[in-house]
Amino acid sequence: MRTVNLESQKNGTMSKAKEKSAKKRVVEEDDDQLPIFDKDVTEKKAGEEDDADLSDSEESVFSGLEDSESDSHDEEEDAEEGDDEEDDDDAVILDEILTKSSGVETATEPPATDKNTPTQPDVKTAPKRKMKKGEGVAMDDGGEKGLITTRHGDEYEHDTSDEEDIRNTVGNIPMEWYQDYPHIGYNLDGKKIFKPIRNKDELDEFLDKMENPDYWRTVHDKTTASDIRLSDEQVDLVHRLQKGQFGDVNFNEYEPSVDFFTNEVMIHPVTNRPQDKRSFIPSLIEKEKVSKLVHAIKMGWIKPRKPKETTPQYYDLWAKEDPNAILGRHKMHVPAPKMRLPGHEESYNPPPEYLLTEEERMAWEQQDAEDRKLPFLPQKHSCLRAVPAFSRFIHERFERCLDLYLCPRQRKMRVNVNPEDLIPKLPKPKDLQPFPTTMSLVYIGHSSLVRSISASPTGQWLVSGSDDCTVRFWEVNTGRCMKTLEVGGAVKSVAWNPNPAVCLVAVCFESTVLLLNPGLGDRLVVSSTDQLITSYEPPEEDKEQAVTWALSEGPEHDNGHRLTLTHPKAVKQVVWHGKGDYLASVMPDNSSNLQVLIHQVSKRRTQNPFRKNKGLVQCVSFHPLRPYFFVATQRYVRVYNLIKQELTKKLMTNCKWISSMAIHPGGDNLICGSYDCRLAWFDLDLSTKPYKMLRHHKKALRGVAYHKHYPLFASGADDGSVIICHGMVYNDLLQNPLIVPVKVLKGHQITHDLGVLDVTFHPTQPWVFSSGADATIRLFT
Amino acid sequence: MGGLQKKKYERGSATNYITRNKARKKLQLSLADFRRLCILKGIYPHEPKHKKKVNKGSTAPRTFYLLKDIRFLLHEPIVRKFREYKVFVRKLRKAYGKAEWTAVERLRDNKPGYKLDHIIKERYPTFIDALRDIDDALSMCFLFSTFARTGKCHVQTITLCRRLTVEWMNYVVTSRSLRKVFISIKGIYYQAEVLGQLITWLVPYQFAHDHPTDVDYRVMATFTEMYTTLFGFINFRLYQTLNLVYPPKLDSKAESELKAEHEEDYAMDSESYLEKLSALSASLARVVATAEEEEENQLDQFPADGEDLENMEAREKEQKEQEAQNRLFEGLKFFLNREVPRESLAFILRCFGAEVSWDKSLCIGGTYNVTDETITHQIVDRPDIDKQYINRYYIQPQWVFDSVNAKMRLPVEDYFLGVTLPPHLSPFVEEKDGDYVPPEKLKLMALQRGEKHEEEEDDDDDDDDEEYNDEVDDEDLTEEKNLKKMEDQRSQGKQTLAVKVTPGKVKPWETGSVGNKVRLEKEEKAEEKRLAIMMMKKKEKYLYDKIMFGKKRTTREANKLAAKRKAHEDTSKAEKKQKKAKKQ
Repeated sequence: MRTVNLESQKNGTMSKAKEKSAKKRVVEEDDDQLPIFDKDVTEKKAGEEDDADLSDSEESVFSGLEDSESDSHDEEEDAEEGDDEEDDDDAVILDEILTKSSGVETATEPPATDKNTPTQPDVKTAPKRKMKKGEGVAMDDGGEKGLITTRHGDEYEHDTSDEEDIRNTVGNIPMEWYQDYPHIGYNLDGKKIFKPIRNKDELDEFLDKMENPDYWRTVHDKTTASDIRLSDEQVDLVHRLQKGQFGDVNFNEYEPSVDFFTNEVMIHPVTNRPQDKRSFIPSLIEKEKVSKLVHAIKMGWIKPRKPKETTPQYYDLWAKEDPNAILGRHKMHVPAPKMRLPGHEESYNPPPEYLLTEEERMAWEQQDAEDRKLPFLPQKHSCLRAVPAFSRFIHERFERCLDLYLCPRQRKMRVNVNPEDLIPKLPKPKDLQPFPTTMSLVYIGHSSLVRSISASPTGQWLVSGSDDCTVRFWEVNTGRCMKTLEVGGAVKSVAWNPNPAVCLVAVCFESTVLLLNPGLGDRLVVSSTDQLITSYEPPEEDKEQAVTWALSEGPEHDNGHRLTLTHPKAVKQVVWHGKGDYLASVMPDNSSNLQVLIHQVSKRRTQNPFRKNKGLVQCVSFHPLRPYFFVATQRYVRVYNLIKQELTKKLMTNCKWISSMAIHPGGDNLICGSYDCRLAWFDLDLSTKPYKMLRHHKKALRGVAYHKHYPLFASGADDGSVIICHGMVYNDLLQNPLIVPVKVLKGHQITHDLGVLDVTFHPTQPWVFSSGADATIRLFT
Repeated sequence: MGGLQKKKYERGSATNYITRNKARKKLQLSLADFRRLCILKGIYPHEPKHKKKVNKGSTAPRTFYLLKDIRFLLHEPIVRKFREYKVFVRKLRKAYGKAEWTAVERLRDNKPGYKLDHIIKERYPTFIDALRDIDDALSMCFLFSTFARTGKCHVQTITLCRRLTVEWMNYVVTSRSLRKVFISIKGIYYQAEVLGQLITWLVPYQFAHDHPTDVDYRVMATFTEMYTTLFGFINFRLYQTLNLVYPPKLDSKAESELKAEHEEDYAMDSESYLEKLSALSASLARVVATAEEEEENQLDQFPADGEDLENMEAREKEQKEQEAQNRLFEGLKFFLNREVPRESLAFILRCFGAEVSWDKSLCIGGTYNVTDETITHQIVDRPDIDKQYINRYYIQPQWVFDSVNAKMRLPVEDYFLGVTLPPHLSPFVEEKDGDYVPPEKLKLMALQRGEKHEEEEDDDDDDDDEEYNDEVDDEDLTEEKNLKKMEDQRSQGKQTLAVKVTPGKVKPWETGSVGNKVRLEKEEKAEEKRLAIMMMKKKEKYLYDKIMFGKKRTTREANKLAAKRKAHEDTSKAEKKQKKAKKQ
């Protein structure tokens, strides 16, 4: 171990020595090399060695210390070397010898030891160093001074500011730093430069200016705190510099220029240096490179760049097609519609009817491009040769492209139905007979519009009330006016008592309801009716009533007037109960609860059934069989139970304004006519909403009616027509009513935008009466 | 009643759609790239059923894409290529700016490109799907192939389009699948039936385009890029089905012939090959050299009864007709004059088995000269020609088109030189009930049914003997009657609306009780219908009214056309008479 170490140490030092020698040679080569540089290098080297030592052994720590010491010696040596070259030369020779011998020695060593891990000063180097050290020490005294001087000399060689007159050595510092000192620096000899005893103040300055003739050429030097008088040359120099001239007087700035190379072609070369050899023999480096490339090409490592395939390659893309391979998104795929195929009008030689006429062409040109039915003007060319290019061809293709990628697509289901299939299959009207089909009688006599009509329960008579303030009684079969009664106002409503045993007609005009006995028909019935009215006995205690009952007497009695009921307000409608004893009158008024009154004729009693106002009452009606009472307000029909005195149903008609109402004789169905042209059929068992809405009329409905026995109902409207429908109601609750329009009856003329005002059926026959604004009543059979 | 309050627009249709801007942001693409991607991938906006719901309550006009579609785009490898290209452009610009020409060259060499094969396969999983969608591709390629090789798009694209269209035309010629042709003012429409799919395309006339400024050619170029890829694959597959070599090669026999005829002075072989192909005068080489076996693939007889039998018979008949049409011009020799559109006529004639040739100076590929004695028809589009051969017809090009559409050789007399041509009708119009049918079509249909009508001859007579004016008029009348009768017969079959309304006389028997009864019945029926219409539901009524309105409009239009025609005929007749009178 030890030996190895020694060996290595020896080796290391030897290599170090070698290095050193090399270094020395470098130093020899350029004398200008500053010794500082050398020092750096050696220090670095020392560092390296230290690192190596750490890895090597513990001893090396100490040796490292020693080594650094030796290095410092080296440094000194280096410093010396600049001065005595001969000495160095000797050393170099010595070194060389050493290396040679070591080389012999190291040859025997294993290469592992050949490391740069020296340090321990060995036997061979030690004496040398000592010797050198001795030399160095001997030189020390003399050499040090020389070194300094040479250094200064060197400095001035390179220094650019050598003109500076260094009398103060403090350098270029702010002079204020010396304010508090008596001196302002040090001269070259290191002596203090003292400030002048007294600083010049302004007065001194002024005096100086006045007295001293050289004042203008005196300059104050801050560094030495002395005044310097410029010499004449110096002043000249300043002047010249101020003028922007060269400082040197002798310098001629306008010397003629001499070209280095003349523009003339000379027969001899400027330099006649023969060409380098390397310029005409092939470069080895390049040869090497080329041969490498050649080799690579030979081996196939480098291939020439393939020319890019510009034409696309096609192959059988669908070789392995899977018809089920449809992507998820294709479920929502809407294929673009194909372009529309051209029609005859696009032909270059279309039939003449497809060419536009002059007006059509004008219209086409004035239309916007979007509104045009044809996107082009049809043209006719006599031969194919004459057909020009279509100017909008690229446009159209472009628009197609835009459509394909920009146009939102939507799948629209096109209804492809035969319109005939849409028409509902209904039973033929022929099979639903009987119903009125033709107009057979016209009852003429009124002079103004006939508001209301009513047929007697026997079907023999008809009563009508008109705006000409008359009530007329007609014989149905002949059309003869049996009786005309003048009343005190326009008759709003007439109603014949439905009880065949009583012959009474209720007529309302203004605020009066009149009960008439027309005296028509069976005399027994007439007289019994009179008797019934006269047999009334007033009750003991008189109750306060809303209506005053008055018995008619005298000429009025002869005319047929029997009872007069004076209402507080104008009466619009009167309705009989099916039994013929009760009578309801309507006084439409939105503000009070006194709108409907129910009168009992036999007891001459009147009562107001409602405590609350539920809206403007349009019409009322009694249930034909049960004690129900129907009240139609503007939009609803309310059904009240008269015995329990409660609301049982409220029917929503979905109409804007109800005009009329009729109850099916069975009592379970109801129709409502409204001013917004609709007729609503309610099935009371089914729902409170209409079972069917019929929009048959073009204008507002005025009157609706059910037939007593036949499954018929009629509606009259302002369009002058009466529509008869077959409305079959089945006893079977599961079967819905069958409604079939069977006949449109026309006959009434429209006057003042009013057509038919009231319709009513004959009680026994399938006939219908209608009264109109043209002052006529018509019978359709 | 706990639970979170449901927020609006977080479920349902609002989440299925995405606006275009959002989609673009999601994909991190510029608008141009997004557009290109949409075009290539066939993504299009959808119109939502409830737009307001999707638009989160707003009614602003926006285009919506299906969110699924956009998600589907997220994984498209081509998006990366777009980005690479962008980088490439940036680098190239930089190199240009620094004038580093070697770098520019290197970059150019390594220009990133992309292929659309996978997209085509994805968009059209089966071949038939692709074939169904080829109409636009054809029209676009035919348009691009007519572009000048300067400016608007890459020359490669134009040549590629030209190549593909030539290939397509060669395929159609070889498979004889052309069905209909139509000369319109826009260009020439062709319709072919390829593998059971009707494919229609439009070829512009061979003129230079004046390129509009308001057209974005980049969009068109992107479409063309996609279309050429699709089209090439389809061509390949179609050639395969016919056992043809792809890329197409001329038949060796034909090639040698052509070569013999055309000396080497024309152009290099590689250059003129496409032109030779596009001449369409020679047949193509097949992979397997088969003899010219045009054996009819007879339909096998299947035991069938009733309706099936009828169907089968109909099919058989149709096929026979088809075959007859395919051999329409077989055995005829055509010569095309210089002024007629060579390519389209050669294409059509070759599709129906004719031999075609043209002047050598016109185009390469002509096989015989004008002087050939065996030429049967010469197609001329000028009023007169100097030197005429006796044994051939000189006809105008419209004859070819009309004959193809009529599926029969029409009488050539109407199409001689200098003759006013009969109107050229669109073969694509199929008249339904109540549509207007031009009288020419009626005549043609009569011809097709084999009813030889004397009218044409009569017309000629009419021109010849002017003296027998009255007689001729009488004849005219009788003709008209005949025609009307015929029309009536037809209308029984086709229920065409009576175009001409003749004032009817009140016939004696109609006033009698029988007529009354009939009328009453009719009235009753009408009333019944009216009443039934009254009982329609509101929705159905609306629909019914709409349909009836449409019907009324069509009849109105038909009547208008008929009236126009009548007026035109009246004026022309009057003119004719005047002329005659003058001559006399």
